[in-house]
Amino acid sequence: MSEKILMKGNEALAEAAIRAGCRHFFGYPITPQSELAAYMAKRLPKMGGTYLQAESEVAAINMVYGASAAGVRVMTSSSSPGVSLKGEGISYMIGADLPGLIVNINRGGPGLGSIQPSQADYWMATRATGHGDGHVFVLAPSTVQEMADLARMAFDLGDRYRMPAMILADGLLGQMMEPVEMPDPINPADLPPKPWATTGTKGEREHNIVNSLSLVSQVLEDMVLERNERYQRIKEVEQIAQLEHTEDAELVVVAYGAASRIARSAVNAAREEGLKVGMIRPITLWPFPTKAIEDVCATAQAFLSVELSTGQMVDDVKLAVSGRRPVSFFGHSGGIVPTPAEVLVAIKKALAGEVFHILPFHSKLEAGD
Amino acid sequence: MAAEKSPVLFERTSALTDKVTNYCPGCLHGITQRLVAESLDRLGLADTAVGVSPVGCAVIAYEFYSCDMVQAAHGRAPAVATGLKRARPENTIFTYQGDGDLASIGMAETIHAATRGENITVIFINNAIYGMTGGQMAPTTLPGQITQTSPYGRDVKAAGNPIRVCELLSSLDGVALAQRVTVDTPSNVRKAAKAIRKGFEYQREGLGFSIIEVLSSCPTNWGMTPYKALEWLRENMIPYYPPGVYKDVKAGE
Amino acid sequence: MAKVTVDIEYCKGCGLCVDFCPEGIMQMDNDVITQKGYHPAHCVDLDKCTLCLNCATMCPDVAIRIER
Repeated sequence: MSEKILMKGNEALAEAAIRAGCRHFFGYPITPQSELAAYMAKRLPKMGGTYLQAESEVAAINMVYGASAAGVRVMTSSSSPGVSLKGEGISYMIGADLPGLIVNINRGGPGLGSIQPSQADYWMATRATGHGDGHVFVLAPSTVQEMADLARMAFDLGDRYRMPAMILADGLLGQMMEPVEMPDPINPADLPPKPWATTGTKGEREHNIVNSLSLVSQVLEDMVLERNERYQRIKEVEQIAQLEHTEDAELVVVAYGAASRIARSAVNAAREEGLKVGMIRPITLWPFPTKAIEDVCATAQAFLSVELSTGQMVDDVKLAVSGRRPVSFFGHSGGIVPTPAEVLVAIKKALAGEVFHILPFHSKLEAGD
Repeated sequence: MAAEKSPVLFERTSALTDKVTNYCPGCLHGITQRLVAESLDRLGLADTAVGVSPVGCAVIAYEFYSCDMVQAAHGRAPAVATGLKRARPENTIFTYQGDGDLASIGMAETIHAATRGENITVIFINNAIYGMTGGQMAPTTLPGQITQTSPYGRDVKAAGNPIRVCELLSSLDGVALAQRVTVDTPSNVRKAAKAIRKGFEYQREGLGFSIIEVLSSCPTNWGMTPYKALEWLRENMIPYYPPGVYKDVKAGE
Repeated sequence: MAKVTVDIEYCKGCGLCVDFCPEGIMQMDNDVITQKGYHPAHCVDLDKCTLCLNCATMCPDVAIRIER
């Protein structure tokens, strides 16, 4: 403990999951999350756990569903096209109130897309991980340290609220190496009991049922509404965001994950030029940190969302700003990572009072007009 | 003094709840469901059993078994059972699935759980039709059989051929037991009971994947009386799907 | 004497017990309508019951209890 080791993001996440008491991993090969699965394949069998390469993403998430029903901490990892396939199982987990960690090392899309870093799964993660009324926690690390820390948090939140949790990262974070301090390991036997789990009645209780079906409309609505109350409570108390230089900022950049690292460089460069620019970095994408944004609305004149997509989180920024201030967007898609210089151009544009939604291929930014 | 013989020769097993099933009158689901419950009871496995219900007519089987139950997405029961078993290998895990669930949308899950030798017991109800959704063509619908979605009879040139699941799975090394039974007569019900018990015994011994395919009827969607449906089963299904042991790792022992 | 009890809460009147009774002593009781609207089965002549258990074995609703 407290000793820093140099690790790849994907491996740090895997090791932290093990230290969070996760002994069961079900997955299917896909780039760029391979190191995570490989790490689990090496470690878990040696500690009495399960690494199982499933026949498909669909099967993998349903194995997660089964293991979670049995009351253990369990996870899967994949990347965008694979997470689409898991949508069915995630919806069932939501409907059956099952925790479990789903890691999405986001790559370019739609379709087979690319294997480069992307944040184009924001909508899928926060809006529609599967059919029906429902949400999963969505946590967005921006460092290797956070890959580890948020893995622990994902399991804790999932168990506390009986919900799946997703870590939404990308190949940049998965592949990069940084020093990381690992959390202390938890013995799975010391985790809080799950009296709802299907562990066998042992003749000591009525049978437990893990189920998302309810054919009586009123019963189903009651269940959905109870879950919705949980969501409202979560929105109230579980929002997390990091604020940088926002106190006097006229322009607040909003960026998460890998994009926030580039945005930070641009914000710092702007500060060096004496420009009053700050940054809000959402760490929980669901619940979205609306409070942080509402708070800075009092001082900020404008917002700029910077993403590795054609503009997805910007919707949530606009909802939080609620028309009080202009919200602009700058982003790249297709696996292209923007440069700090590009972002700085966008920052200056926004500071000059322009309101825009710029995508590089039709932007005239670099042409200078 | 010899223990007095119980005067009760037949009664509901405690591995069933007291709920009335949703199955149509004369549907044989209820017989197989009872046999599964009785097997768990007799083998002393009910307290450690976790069953997985499918999507289909048996979707709410979780209300009918008194052991712990998990409801699975359509076709995913073997994957869900895999998760349950890997998390708690000491428990007895079974799935209860129909033909559409197991042999169509869930075929990948079925084959791979089988080839992994996943130590679970699969109860497969083959009644050659989708019952719950109102009688559509199933992967096991017979050539020429009329259903809602094969109104001129299943034309194998257009709709393909039925799948013989036990034969298919019997080629896989992970399979410990693949046996097809039917429950159309009292003596066949007793044979089916033995096969189902054997499936659970194999799981207890850690031998791997066991599947018991039960030829069953669907009087409602076949459009026949319950008794007539049994005759149709005998005349049409049994020749195409012969009952028998297709794989038994302990055969000859 | 045998005792064959049909629990009319479970019986759906499918008639399989009638079809499989070798003695012909299981019959539908047309004077009774269950809560679900079925005429349930009943045993009309317990003296003839051979305790073969066919009726209970073929009952999909596990509605029949048999005692010696």
